[in-house]
Amino acid sequence: MLRSGVLAFGLAALALTACASTKGATPKAEAKAAAAKPLPAGLDPGARPNVFPSTYKPLPSADFAIVYARAYTGTGKALENATVIVRGGKIASVGEGLEVPQGLQVVDARGKWVTPGLIDTHSHLGVYASPSVAAHSDGNELTNPTTPQVWAEHSVWPQDPGFNTARIGGVTTVQVLPGSGNLIGGRGVTLRNVPSRTVQGMKFPGAPYTLKMACGENPKRVYGSRGRAPSTRMGNVAGYRAAWIEAAEYTRKWDDYRAKISRSEKAEPPRRDLGMDTLSAVLRGEILVQNHCYRADEMAIMIDIAKEFGYRITAFHHAVESYKIADILAANGICTATWAGWWGAKLEMYDSVEANVPLLQAAGACAIIKSDDPDLTQRLNQEAAVALAAGRAAGLKITEAEAMAWITANPAKALGILDQTGTLEVGKRADLVIWDRDPFSVYARTEKVFIDGALTWDRRDPRYQPRSDFDLGQPGEGVR
Amino acid sequence: MPRRLAPIAAALAFAAALPAAAETLAITGARILTAGPAGTLEPGVVVIRDGKIVSVGRGAPPAGARVIDASGTVVTPGLFATGSLLGAVEISSLGDDTSVDNPQVGAAFDIREGLDPASTLIPVARTGGLTSAVVLPQPTGGGWDYHEDDGDVADDQLTSGGDGGPRPNTLFAGQGAVIRLNGGEDMVMRGGVGVVVAFGKAGARSAGGARGAQTAALKAVLADVRAYAANRGAWEKGSYRELGLSKADLEALVPLVQGRTPLIARVHRAADIRAVLKLAREEKLKLILEGAEEGWMTAAEIARAGVPVIINPITNRPESFEILGATLENAARLHAAGVTLAFTAPEGAAHRARETRYGAGTAVAWGLPWDAALAAVTINPARMFGVGDRTGSLEPGKDADLVIWSGDPFEPLSTPKAVYIRGQAQSLTTRQTELRDRYLDLGTPLPPAYKHR
Repeated sequence: MLRSGVLAFGLAALALTACASTKGATPKAEAKAAAAKPLPAGLDPGARPNVFPSTYKPLPSADFAIVYARAYTGTGKALENATVIVRGGKIASVGEGLEVPQGLQVVDARGKWVTPGLIDTHSHLGVYASPSVAAHSDGNELTNPTTPQVWAEHSVWPQDPGFNTARIGGVTTVQVLPGSGNLIGGRGVTLRNVPSRTVQGMKFPGAPYTLKMACGENPKRVYGSRGRAPSTRMGNVAGYRAAWIEAAEYTRKWDDYRAKISRSEKAEPPRRDLGMDTLSAVLRGEILVQNHCYRADEMAIMIDIAKEFGYRITAFHHAVESYKIADILAANGICTATWAGWWGAKLEMYDSVEANVPLLQAAGACAIIKSDDPDLTQRLNQEAAVALAAGRAAGLKITEAEAMAWITANPAKALGILDQTGTLEVGKRADLVIWDRDPFSVYARTEKVFIDGALTWDRRDPRYQPRSDFDLGQPGEGVR
Repeated sequence: MPRRLAPIAAALAFAAALPAAAETLAITGARILTAGPAGTLEPGVVVIRDGKIVSVGRGAPPAGARVIDASGTVVTPGLFATGSLLGAVEISSLGDDTSVDNPQVGAAFDIREGLDPASTLIPVARTGGLTSAVVLPQPTGGGWDYHEDDGDVADDQLTSGGDGGPRPNTLFAGQGAVIRLNGGEDMVMRGGVGVVVAFGKAGARSAGGARGAQTAALKAVLADVRAYAANRGAWEKGSYRELGLSKADLEALVPLVQGRTPLIARVHRAADIRAVLKLAREEKLKLILEGAEEGWMTAAEIARAGVPVIINPITNRPESFEILGATLENAARLHAAGVTLAFTAPEGAAHRARETRYGAGTAVAWGLPWDAALAAVTINPARMFGVGDRTGSLEPGKDADLVIWSGDPFEPLSTPKAVYIRGQAQSLTTRQTELRDRYLDLGTPLPPAYKHR
């Protein structure tokens, strides 16, 4: 039954794609398209761009209202006596002391806090799953310094127990990235943090793909130690530029081919290349670049490379030296996704300062606290508090409400999903966390976590405390 | 709206209060959490002279004392970074002075000898309210545990077919030390505070592959040490049977078999914890457990044996097959069973040592009584490592190692306003705050390189 269902769905999807490609075309164009013989399945990168479509469906939910809460909206505001009304999985209204329609289910959040669901823009959940054994090392395709053809989602193990512990920490959306051993490490993927049998069941519908790139020590160490390029930072830069030249050429070949076909000229299609498909999509602005880069001087070089080839860098990750070029990052509209307290593991991490994020915010640059770690992702709120305290120690006036954006709205922006989540605003997905106290307190724990209005975690109700397959039958049974 | 800012100026005002020799200093007005018999005093007065605590009480400051009005603040003993690498590492990827792979020098490796008081990590650690550290050797090979960094270093290792590092040549990782974080020549408080041995998978590797082999190997070695202690003369003359260790290692292990210095067992899985408890019982060893992620599953046995435990309170994922039962409630459950706890911090409590207090707060969030958490970062590690008569609590006669906090010491939004070690106000300027201040204003006409102290 299941199998035939999947097959039927697959056929329907194909049919839809076929419809979509001809719909709205003029009769003349249709005739031409008919004249050109379509390429066999899989050879035309444009034919079916969504090869692993999201099958995510929100968990079951009913409309409800959270009342009497205090709230950080993610938009820089704090609300007292907040009401959040959720209908059809979306935020229907939010404000102070709103009237709740009769009959609506009510969650009394007196003495508690509501925030948007947290978003971790730098995660390796699923690709470096727990337990950390070689069999789970699926995040770095270290066989070539340039591997844009690999996709993190093909390594994600949905049973990673770390997804559940992250959700208990209030994380409702994660970007899972390939590692940083390569100059170009592959595609990242944005996931809804829901328990699922398949990764497709977690994929954030419509979220743009991302591309992981990496500066500095890692690529040159990995490949230099094997006696091949890159072995230096200048070798790194030559490697990025060579890849983008190839991508530009590939893009041109397909553009030429399509132009000829549209003129009903005979043309030989270029050979499809998965890696170049990805880089070409970056050049078209469809895929967002997430660039691991610690040092300020290297970030400045990466910005110039992006300008040379006409792509944008959405966010620098780790970027512990962003504070040194906060003005440049602000002017170029590039986010920084970093920690507050991590430093010194490598030389390029030596100049980290706890106030990096607040200094960026003060300069008008987009600043994000992320984890890169399955432990820290459980306490992004704590890390944001550390950064906030450091900002105040530096003399900056920053409120908790403003700092909340570092783990909600700003990461949503860097993932291209701010129109859908990341703040408590009407019309957005009802990704909500109820905390038992101010989330900037070390003692704060989540009480309930909603994703698209569905209860996915409830501290007080074992029916809403999912456990990974891996944990069953093991010591402790996954009670973390 | 910003809450109470802790402006740099205020911190400096405290730091500038360097006591002259023989000056009497009285800290007044604060909520004082002594971690000692005096409990909590609100408000209380701590009187300091010649680097020592003279009194902790309620009344008025003594006549002639220089008074520091610390109203609205919280005073605690200086915190401990336990299971730390402070002083033994600067940049992790460039190596450290915490492990040896030398068959002649295992137990004899004494970490205190190579520590660097000038490490930039030490002032950074102080900004986390830390005044002491228990620095422990790291077993080579590391066992299951590897540093994930940004998902690359370890992965590189994994994809190149590594198994987490070299096979250790020795069963014993070396001896730990307690240091004070004043960055001075008097940094070492006490050396030889215990001999570190990895058990479980890492220990098995050190004995040739299987867990059971390690027990046999250790028992044989301990028998040799006892034989050596009883027959030193004959052994020196070469008229005694061959013993399995170098002379340096045999000497280093004599206090261990005599129960004078503890075995610090790095052990994770419940079954392995039981095996270590049994070994210590049979060999009459003084024992401290480190790691003990599945300690809660053997809590009653650990408590019955009177063995103290060092844990990282935030470890809760099944990061290896040795810690499938890891939970954030480990601390609370061990404490409830009557086990004495000390807390370590992530990644060897070195660069991230300042997170010790957040770990303590997280343990409280997950059920540990607040006072027990404070003890786990102050008096407990002090006692476990033989310096409980000198520091770890605010009591008359002890070193004046204390911190004035802007609020609850476990809260990230609280900051240390002043840190004292042996009565000396410590600088809270770090390489990091210097970098921060250099780049606060990016619009200066001259490049940042011209801005420095």
